[in-house]
Amino acid sequence: MACTRTMNEPRFLFAGDSAVVVEFGEAIAPDANARVLSLDAAVRAARMTGVVETVPTYRSLLIQIDPLAIDFDRFRADVLRLAAAASDHVTPGRRWSVPVVYGGDYGLDLEETAARHKMSAAKLIEIHAGAIYRVYAIGFMPGYTYLGGLDPRIHTSRRMDPRLMTPSGTISIGGIQALVAGAAMPSGWHLLGRTPVRTFDATRTPPVLFEPGDEVVFQPIDASRWDDLDRRAANGEPIADVVRA
Amino acid sequence: MTNLILQSCGPSTSLQDHGRFGWQKYGLGPAGAMDRLAQAEANALVGNGAGAGVIEMAVAGLRFTVEGGSVRVAVAGGDQKLTVDGVTVAPVSSVTVQAGQVVEIGGMRSGRFGYLAVAGGFKAPMPLGSMAYHTRAGIGGLAGRFLQAGDQLALNLQSPSGADVVGDKLLSRRAGRFRVIAGPQDDFFSDEGWMTFLSSSYTITQNADRMGIRLTGPAIAHNAKGYNIVSDGIVTGSIQVPGSGEPLILLADRQTTGGYPKIATVISADLPRLAQASPGETLQFERVSRDEAVAALKAQMAAIDAFRAALKPRGGIALDSAQLLATPLIDGWISMDEWLD
Repeated sequence: MACTRTMNEPRFLFAGDSAVVVEFGEAIAPDANARVLSLDAAVRAARMTGVVETVPTYRSLLIQIDPLAIDFDRFRADVLRLAAAASDHVTPGRRWSVPVVYGGDYGLDLEETAARHKMSAAKLIEIHAGAIYRVYAIGFMPGYTYLGGLDPRIHTSRRMDPRLMTPSGTISIGGIQALVAGAAMPSGWHLLGRTPVRTFDATRTPPVLFEPGDEVVFQPIDASRWDDLDRRAANGEPIADVVRA
Repeated sequence: MTNLILQSCGPSTSLQDHGRFGWQKYGLGPAGAMDRLAQAEANALVGNGAGAGVIEMAVAGLRFTVEGGSVRVAVAGGDQKLTVDGVTVAPVSSVTVQAGQVVEIGGMRSGRFGYLAVAGGFKAPMPLGSMAYHTRAGIGGLAGRFLQAGDQLALNLQSPSGADVVGDKLLSRRAGRFRVIAGPQDDFFSDEGWMTFLSSSYTITQNADRMGIRLTGPAIAHNAKGYNIVSDGIVTGSIQVPGSGEPLILLADRQTTGGYPKIATVISADLPRLAQASPGETLQFERVSRDEAVAALKAQMAAIDAFRAALKPRGGIALDSAQLLATPLIDGWISMDEWLD
């Protein structure tokens, strides 16, 4: 339900009785995402009574509340005040280097996707691994990392026939987005490669590597290194390196 | 040390509690009991807080025995027959099971989810703060999986689990339309689409599990804005309408984000009843205000308190009132603050 709506002001929406959504636009844009992350930090820092948790996504922040513990009118006023003050200045977080084995069994769609763009597989890898990506959101399933910054030369609309299962660690592209899949799931995206990095491991502290706002670069590696890296990752090593803190 | 040993159970039996909060921003949804009202009833009958860990049964019952001590147990949710060594236990009551006795819980005579509570709760690993098994993420429960025959579950019980109790009757369930609050993407639907949504009956398909339920019925028309949105956060009870126009409702083991417009959200007070609705049943929706939704939830919490207060000792044995007073009545549901950060 739209309670506030002008071009530049955030919208305050109801997601049932136990959550609200503060929306900063309808498109994927770095400045809208920066406002989301700025508001997220402000809401968490405020430690308001009745706020349970927050879920930042591309262009909106979902705030889960306990409806019986919260003073809703006051909460709404506080959130709108914080939202109005949210900064759209993009301050990149850490930059991670993520090892990826491209093609073959690790990236079933590499050749087909390259052919679709009338380029060689090597060129596609060069373009995909040559970009600096921004973590816009982590969501859907644990550790699913949604990245912006895909080179327009390899924007690729989703597959007509989604795969019923793709392995965890899959590196894929869909439309204008890139993804590091944290778990085995069905997917209609194009699978370019796979990383042994566990983006989410409930037994590791912390269980998550990437935060929204972080940057990711991909480091092509030879398939011969997979087994060693995969074993280390299974034992809880991050194996993704922070190349800029 | 008292253990509960599962001798047999259905394929979708799991450990659940009030759910896991604070991890949705990393893609992990809350899980937790599908029917929190029935979970609260079963827990109340054994003197636990409403959100304490329970065994959630799905359609099928189970059989177990206890070793190392005795423990008070209770069942609620699916109208299941409970017997101890073949002797039937009255509904709406707890029963103390002695070591070696065999407890049989029959299949559900109504609904889809039933709950077995034990006094003191289960001693289970709490990955990321909860024992709730998230079926899609493979986190929680016993070793990240459903329960199976042969599993041994350690109990928390440190002292005798108190006298058995009998209640008046189970909490009444509202019949009729499911109440929803419009949004957050109510503006992606035409007036005609809204009319269809609120005036039609939708049938629950076979695609119904802990993650969500898919409905079939008259297609809900989107407006010119279409049916793709930039993925944003979702909640338990979100009603997504994909391109087909047939809605699906997301439940405890849902994903945390979604890319379809959400026309409305089922109110918290109606989620327990929704969880119990079976494939083939039809649903209708009714739009309410946020204030009405919160009032309904408040009334439901009060009903749980009243249910607990009305429990009487079975067979004239005095209930340990000190123990009752020391029990947080609605923990895990009200005080979720502790899960922040």
